[in-house]
Amino acid sequence: MWWTRLKALIVKELLAVLRDPKGRTVLIVPPILQLLVFSYAATLEVTNVDVMVLNRDNGHWSQELVNQIKGSPTFRSIRFTDSPAEVRMAIDTQKVIAVVEIGPTFSRDIEAARPAEVQVILDGRRSNASQIVSGYLSRIVGTLAADTPSGKRMASNAVSVVARNWFNPNLTYQWFMVPNLVASIALLIGLIVTALSIARERELGTFDQLMVSPLRTHEILIGKLIPPMMIGLFHITIYILAAVFIFGVPLRGSLLLLYGSAIFYLASVVGLGLFISALSMTQQQAILGAFLFMVPAMLLSGFATPIENMPAWLQPITYVNPLRYFLVIVKGVFLKDIPAVEVARQTIPLLLIAIVTLSAASWLFRRRLE
Amino acid sequence: MSEQAPFVRIVDVVKRFGDAPPALDHVAGEILGGRITGLVGPDGAGKTTLIRLMTGLMAPEEGKVEVLGFDTVTNAADIQASIGYMPQRFGLYEDLSVQENLNLYADLRGLPLSERAATFNELLEFTDLKRFTERLAGKLSGGMKQKLGLACALLRKPRLLLLDEPGVGVDPISRRDLWKMVENLTAEGIGVVWSTAYLDEAEACDSVLLLNEGKLLFTGSPAELTSRVAGRVFKVSGISQGRRQALARYLEDENVVDGVIQGEAIRLVMKPDTVPPVLDEGSPAPSAAEATPRFEDAFIDMLGGGPGGRSKLAETQTAFSTESAKPVIEAHGLTKRFGDFTAADAITFDIPRGQIFGLLGPNGAGKSTTFKMLCGLLKPTAGEGRVAGFDLRRDAAEARNRLGYMAQKFSLYGDLSVAQNLSFFAGVYGLSGARKRERTQLMIEIFGFGRLLDMSAKDLPLGLKQRLALACAVLHEPEALFLDEPTSGVDPITRREFWTHINGLVEKGVTVLVTTHFMDEAEYCDRISLIYRGRSIALGSPDELKAQVASAALPDPTMEDAFIALVQGSEEKEAA
Amino acid sequence: MTAHSPMTEGRAARIRRFAALVRKESYQIVRDPSSILIAFVLPLILLFLFGYGVSLDTTQTRIGLVIEEEAPLTRDLAAGFQASRYFTVTVGRDRREFEEDLVLGRVRGIVVIPKTFMADYAAGRHPALQVLVDGSDPNTANFVQNYAQATVANWERQRLSDGSGRPPAIAAEQRFWFNPELTSRNFLVPGSIAIVMTLVGTLLTSLVVAREWERGTMEAMMATPVSAAELLAGKLLPYFLLGLTSMTLCVLLAVFLFGVPFRGSVAALYALSATFLMPALGQGLLISAATKNQFLASQLALISAFLPAFLLSGFLFEINSMPTVIQWITLIVPARYLIPSLQTVFLAGDIWPMFTQAIAVMFLIGCVFFALAARSTRKRIA
Repeated sequence: MWWTRLKALIVKELLAVLRDPKGRTVLIVPPILQLLVFSYAATLEVTNVDVMVLNRDNGHWSQELVNQIKGSPTFRSIRFTDSPAEVRMAIDTQKVIAVVEIGPTFSRDIEAARPAEVQVILDGRRSNASQIVSGYLSRIVGTLAADTPSGKRMASNAVSVVARNWFNPNLTYQWFMVPNLVASIALLIGLIVTALSIARERELGTFDQLMVSPLRTHEILIGKLIPPMMIGLFHITIYILAAVFIFGVPLRGSLLLLYGSAIFYLASVVGLGLFISALSMTQQQAILGAFLFMVPAMLLSGFATPIENMPAWLQPITYVNPLRYFLVIVKGVFLKDIPAVEVARQTIPLLLIAIVTLSAASWLFRRRLE
Repeated sequence: MSEQAPFVRIVDVVKRFGDAPPALDHVAGEILGGRITGLVGPDGAGKTTLIRLMTGLMAPEEGKVEVLGFDTVTNAADIQASIGYMPQRFGLYEDLSVQENLNLYADLRGLPLSERAATFNELLEFTDLKRFTERLAGKLSGGMKQKLGLACALLRKPRLLLLDEPGVGVDPISRRDLWKMVENLTAEGIGVVWSTAYLDEAEACDSVLLLNEGKLLFTGSPAELTSRVAGRVFKVSGISQGRRQALARYLEDENVVDGVIQGEAIRLVMKPDTVPPVLDEGSPAPSAAEATPRFEDAFIDMLGGGPGGRSKLAETQTAFSTESAKPVIEAHGLTKRFGDFTAADAITFDIPRGQIFGLLGPNGAGKSTTFKMLCGLLKPTAGEGRVAGFDLRRDAAEARNRLGYMAQKFSLYGDLSVAQNLSFFAGVYGLSGARKRERTQLMIEIFGFGRLLDMSAKDLPLGLKQRLALACAVLHEPEALFLDEPTSGVDPITRREFWTHINGLVEKGVTVLVTTHFMDEAEYCDRISLIYRGRSIALGSPDELKAQVASAALPDPTMEDAFIALVQGSEEKEAA
Repeated sequence: MTAHSPMTEGRAARIRRFAALVRKESYQIVRDPSSILIAFVLPLILLFLFGYGVSLDTTQTRIGLVIEEEAPLTRDLAAGFQASRYFTVTVGRDRREFEEDLVLGRVRGIVVIPKTFMADYAAGRHPALQVLVDGSDPNTANFVQNYAQATVANWERQRLSDGSGRPPAIAAEQRFWFNPELTSRNFLVPGSIAIVMTLVGTLLTSLVVAREWERGTMEAMMATPVSAAELLAGKLLPYFLLGLTSMTLCVLLAVFLFGVPFRGSVAALYALSATFLMPALGQGLLISAATKNQFLASQLALISAFLPAFLLSGFLFEINSMPTVIQWITLIVPARYLIPSLQTVFLAGDIWPMFTQAIAVMFLIGCVFFALAARSTRKRIA
């Protein structure tokens, strides 16, 4: 009996989302946009850099330095100038991100084994990109220095730093981005579909129809909970397939662990969605509510920037963010093959969040009936 | 008056939206100054489209509309300067107070500052809104919003006033007030267009344009329309057997064009030159007296007569034994308080098996609250409600299994197809396997959904939506049916069909609770409770209530007269 | 024109009509919680998040430091890492101690001073330092590598200058203009102001106009003598002012709460913001006129205005690094022109050649949006 009722409700929920053009749009457009924009456009890598060179030296070594910069794939164009005013202008108007200034005695200093100096001016308004560019330039300068006579002499006990990147040897940005997207798409879709489901019924007046049917409150909640979870799992699956087959991200850990924890993650997301839904009277409010939760959730999850970079007093706030935990799991399973114990350790908070939000939602839900 | 040029000339107008059949199909007519012209027809007949064409907000596809001598396509601005328009949702800003709404429209219509104080005063007096100038428009009741909307449209005396369904969702008292206000305006020579789906409103208009599915059925005075059924309308009283059964049998007679229940009596429209048939040879014959024809009688006649009296739905329904004297729906001291406001105060009644019980009352009086408490949508603060003997609080699921619910505006799932809606409601009420197949198949046959199964419910015409909603509500053969304004806006034929089914089901022992604004629907009830200010101020059969207010001046009051008199009487008692 | 037509009325009546529309809109803004939410609460949250939460400064990255052989030299090098303000260091003797930490993300990298280090150094055999980095976050990985390199270079310089006195062959002296401390807040906060204005200009405007369509008040307005231009202008002016108000609020917070320097002129700030609101409001109007439905309007506004302002404007991600097709798309994102200009007003000062170009382009995009919006909001319902 209860199964017949529940099945009818679940089928109806799925159909309602899939047959409604708006619902279909929500299911199709944001995921595609997210996949395209994030995986191709949202990169913190810095390429196609424009630099300017102010070269007051006409010796061999300055030419060598320019050639090395030219030869690096990171730099797109080099402009030359001999006026400091132009340097100022180019940086001010962001025509270039960095200017390399070579003094008149540069080559002579090197030949004479005196310490030579180049100045690098960087645009601090784009400090992140500037830092990376500065890293590139330092490496080029370092390589050049090793070629100089005095550099060669010193090289014997100059300390070299040999870096090895674990999990992602070439630091491919998409290997980082796409697993993150697996987690965030489920948040986006799960939250919106759930937040809208009750608000839509309220607006259309069908909610009363449900309430007078023999469905019990917990059955309605379960019926509202399972379809968004199924949809979320569907999106997760599509994204995992895209990650492996389109973006070539290695899947090193166990899918079973990933899906097992995904259930708890989705339950906590859907719980939040139900909570928002129970609070809002209209679809409009539900959307704004979901948006209001989603933006901080994305920014404070470790997706954009690592949590440990945040101020200490802010970090505890991220404990209630389900995305925080699932990001660790997805990235871990994909790239690092993290052990099951660690997955479990990240899943427990998800379970707690799910329990709290679901009971809060059902409490609100019942209270609304008064 | 008829010498003057018409205010509006509608010349052979056609308007289509997308691929659907035309919203207006070669409509022509005239609207005169100094009188109320009714734009009459069920929802979807094309009334709103026609009004929008008159405002110049839409352009006709073919033909033309001239308002006050201006063409609506080329001179819309001149028209808009001299008309007052109240759209269906009044065009009020809910975040603004009454006074702020008036100020806004006064500025927009360019009402000179010098005239403002006097105009505001006059309009506020006229609409009786003086006490509420500081209240936000969103916090006003439906009737008050309606009056404010009218006041805003009247700020600068328009020559033509266009009102789109001003009577919707408004109780009879507010409706009557509004009507009086508008009548006063026509005395000043203003032309008024009043669109409505209520046919009794149409009857009071000076002339009407009767629309159905985009086609103009009739234009002229209501009397002219009703004259087509003159001498063919009868009121049959003194019916010994059940009046519902009697009506069903009358409707099966080939000479009967239309029939409805009117309290204890039955109203029949006969084919020309026929008289109501005799049902049973043996029993005392009921007496049939000629009655004044009404607009609705003529409308149905025009559409070719109402549906038959048989309900296949009722015929397949398993009968509930009527032997037990236990009432099916019980309300004992139902009380609901929101903060310190008492929305329903100790409402008590019970409904025996196989009866129709009506909840009537002005907007916000507490009838919806009572209705919601009885079907379990609201928890009562005190008192208890029972359905089929089950307490709505303790055995909610048991009680709900036994009730069917059909809400205002037929809350179906618009994005689900007809078949999916049926399947969902069957599932939710626990039908599965063979029984589910059997019941849904039956509904499909009875209501003729065969070809429509894959259509989304939201794309159905209103009449079909209403049928689908009924089908979903009775799939599980409930003992009790809860109907909330079940036929608002639908055409009279579909309404007849609906009541034929309900009457049939009631004869099989189904118990019905209905709330309604339609006085016609109130007549179908066995008993009515009139709710006002949270209390039941009158309880009895329709005829009893009418008798309570009958007087020398009004020997044969209508249901609406009774409603208004009882509410006003209660108000006076309270004031005293 | 007939005598009663308002067309013949004086300017006073027209001005009064316009004032009435503006007043009505202002009342609604003040009374509608969702306006307050979008215009004031959301900006505060965003500003707060970008001021505190999102930080691209990789200070205090946790690393494990493995000293395989204790010696004065290796201890000295280790001390160099421990003194670095970029790292929080845990010292160990064996890299296996940290491998699990690296997998679980407890450290971002392991710096290994190998057993052979001392011997190689003494023998002049290219002593090498190994750095194992968690590549699953490439940005942090890059920083760890760069900072490790810098720390070693620093250490060598100190050692050489107080030892054999041989400075490095070439020193690259870096100067970061405008933001020498490289505080990411200094460019994130000005950038987020552009996002706030997008929310008010596009999301809020599209919502309120769509609401008027939904509630039928637009219809009532249109049937009055108000012209379509007046109707739209009466809507835009209040939201224009609201946009500038929330911008001002954000600037004040940026300067006084987050301590972002403000080196340009207030005139430049307002000239840029006011011009930016043109395309933002125009887009809002266009969306609402096209959808006439709050739900769709909000979805469209989020997808076509908020997300691009966030992702395709150079706010967080370098436009130059994006694929060419996406770079073209960014050309029509108004925020792309505002964000660098705002960052400049804050950090660099008034650089008018840059501003005039931005203003011209934003104005142009604004005109296109307005033309499209006006086309779809004629005084007709259908």
